[in-house]
Amino acid sequence: MNSNVASGLREAGGKRAEYVFEAPVRLWHWVHTFSFLTLAVTGYLIAHPLPSPIGEPSSHFLMGNIRMVHFISAYVFAVGFAVRIYWAFVGNKHSREIFMLPLWRGRWWRGLLHEVKYYLFLTPREDKRLGHNPLAQTAMFFFNTVMTFFMIITGFALYGQGLGLGSWADRMFGWIIPMLGDGEGTRNWHQLGMWVMLMFVIVHIYMAVRADMVGKRSSVSVIIGGWRMFRDDDS
Amino acid sequence: MGIQKTFYEAMREHGVTRRSFLKFCSLTAAGLGLGPEFAGTIAHALETKPRTPVIWLHGLECTCCSESFIRSGHPLTSDVVLSMISLDYDDTLMAAAGHQAEEILEQTIEKYDGNFILACEGNPPLNEDGMYCFQGGKPYVEKLRRMASHCKAIIAWGSCASWGCVQAAHPNPTRAMPIHKVITDKPIIKVPGCPPIAEVMTGVITYMLTFDRFPELDRQGRPKMFYSQRNHDKCYRRAHFDAGQFVERFDDEGARKGYCLYKMGCKGPTTYNACSTIEWNEGLSWPVKSGHGCLGCSEDNFWDRGSFYSPETNLTVGGGIESTADKVGGILAGAAAIGVAAHAAASVISKVKNSDKGGASHD
Ligand code: HEM
Ligand code: SF4
Ligand code: SF4
Repeated sequence: MNSNVASGLREAGGKRAEYVFEAPVRLWHWVHTFSFLTLAVTGYLIAHPLPSPIGEPSSHFLMGNIRMVHFISAYVFAVGFAVRIYWAFVGNKHSREIFMLPLWRGRWWRGLLHEVKYYLFLTPREDKRLGHNPLAQTAMFFFNTVMTFFMIITGFALYGQGLGLGSWADRMFGWIIPMLGDGEGTRNWHQLGMWVMLMFVIVHIYMAVRADMVGKRSSVSVIIGGWRMFRDDDS
Repeated sequence: MGIQKTFYEAMREHGVTRRSFLKFCSLTAAGLGLGPEFAGTIAHALETKPRTPVIWLHGLECTCCSESFIRSGHPLTSDVVLSMISLDYDDTLMAAAGHQAEEILEQTIEKYDGNFILACEGNPPLNEDGMYCFQGGKPYVEKLRRMASHCKAIIAWGSCASWGCVQAAHPNPTRAMPIHKVITDKPIIKVPGCPPIAEVMTGVITYMLTFDRFPELDRQGRPKMFYSQRNHDKCYRRAHFDAGQFVERFDDEGARKGYCLYKMGCKGPTTYNACSTIEWNEGLSWPVKSGHGCLGCSEDNFWDRGSFYSPETNLTVGGGIESTADKVGGILAGAAAIGVAAHAAASVISKVKNSDKGGASHD
């Protein structure tokens, strides 16, 4: 690793460690996770409502509450993402990894190839980068960053239908509806977006846990404590 | 050009009394959501302005828009409005036929170049040089283009003219096109619906003739006064939607109690129209009121979204692959889970192999 990174290194019982994810990044990760899960559960229930409660409608607000939780977590999700974008400007260099793929760097491409080979069991060793490896970074960029944008835009466009024409949500995001065909189409793409993000969640958790178990650097603890530890440090 | 008749004079010639005329003006003001003082404005405009001719063309369509139009809720409205527009050209309603009829078009261009309104019902098919709709010895698309190039503004009646509707549904064998994709250099107002509500049609045309401009339009060119809310927003079953009470089958207890039809495929939540406020047949009823979901007839692509009776609709339109978001998504997430499990198993095997060989792992 080069010298400007070395300043962040510390010796810890023969193991090297590096401060990777700053507190706001870690906090956002969990805000993002839990708001997404809430959105996914409530969104699924909007598409497939629960059995009807018995009694007069004046004594129930089941669907209304589910939608309300969806919208509140939507705001958390969106505002969290906005703060995270801000942090990409002021945070350390790792804070920008999920927003930009360094496609112009040959080293990055070689790293990507290496990771693909590694996960196909063609190469034994994982290299020891500090932030995300190029493969994880690519997956995160497309399946999390881009999809988060997509869910926010389509979600607030649908929200604008409820707030009414001319509302702020309609003026800011309503244009997406004719672009995706019509309201029904927008709802469908919004729903598919949920599945795409869930797919990412499955792979992402697997990769993180696996990296902890068989890799040579800590993974799960990094997003909790922020420090990346390296085992088997012979380089 | 000579002296042109005013709207008022034209109406009087058709036997509309002054009393009826004034009543019509107040009804229109109310119908358009304008204040009572506008009745006078409308009356004044109709008394002093020369009558704007309306040419009503029919492309590929089923005439449901005309049918709806001539049944406008208040008999007074239909009488008066028809007397405002029936003088010129409408293949279905006018007395003239054949060459006589076609001559009217040329005469209108001559006399009112750039000053008449073109009302389009249905749309032109473009395949085979437009042969699928042939009128007066010419493809309809040519007639449309010729009239459009001389008109002042276009009204696209119904979902056919606005979006394409059934004849443009996948695979659209005749390549039927909504008006705005064929005529791009004239202002177009869309009045979608299959058909549009009679009061909406008369309201739009009266507004245009009286004020000489379009009412305020939304992003997609629909008049906001009638299309700014979804049926869902004003549905009288909305309380059941919010409560989470849904009809599950057309013959269940919920159906008898008038629960929300969302699970039966009601498209009210995505459909911009005035059915839940103005209703149909002089405000008698509308689908949801009679226990049936909204089909979403005034929305683009409504034929291509799949079942009218399922809340799950097709993701893509006309791509050939007709699938719902849940199906595609389920497959994606399932594939991810299987992939992960397989990779985990492979990882364990490879690790065991590596340690057999006294491999690199030190931990
Ligand atoms: C990753 C985050 C999100 C997920 C997984 C998600 C999931 C879903 C799902 C599955 C539906 C049902 C779609 C259907 O019935 O076809 C839905 C509906 C909806 N979502 Fe989201 N959503 C997310 C983010 C958002 C955001 C940020 C907003 C912004 C306010 C939002 C607003 C809406 C609205 C307005 C509806 C329609 C609900 C209704 O009118 O009844 N969603 N969402
Ligand atoms: S019946 Fe249709 S329009 Fe009415 S509340 Fe239910 S979903 Fe909305
Ligand atoms: S209720 Fe729905 S399907 Fe029926 S006319 Fe109105 S918009 Fe069209």
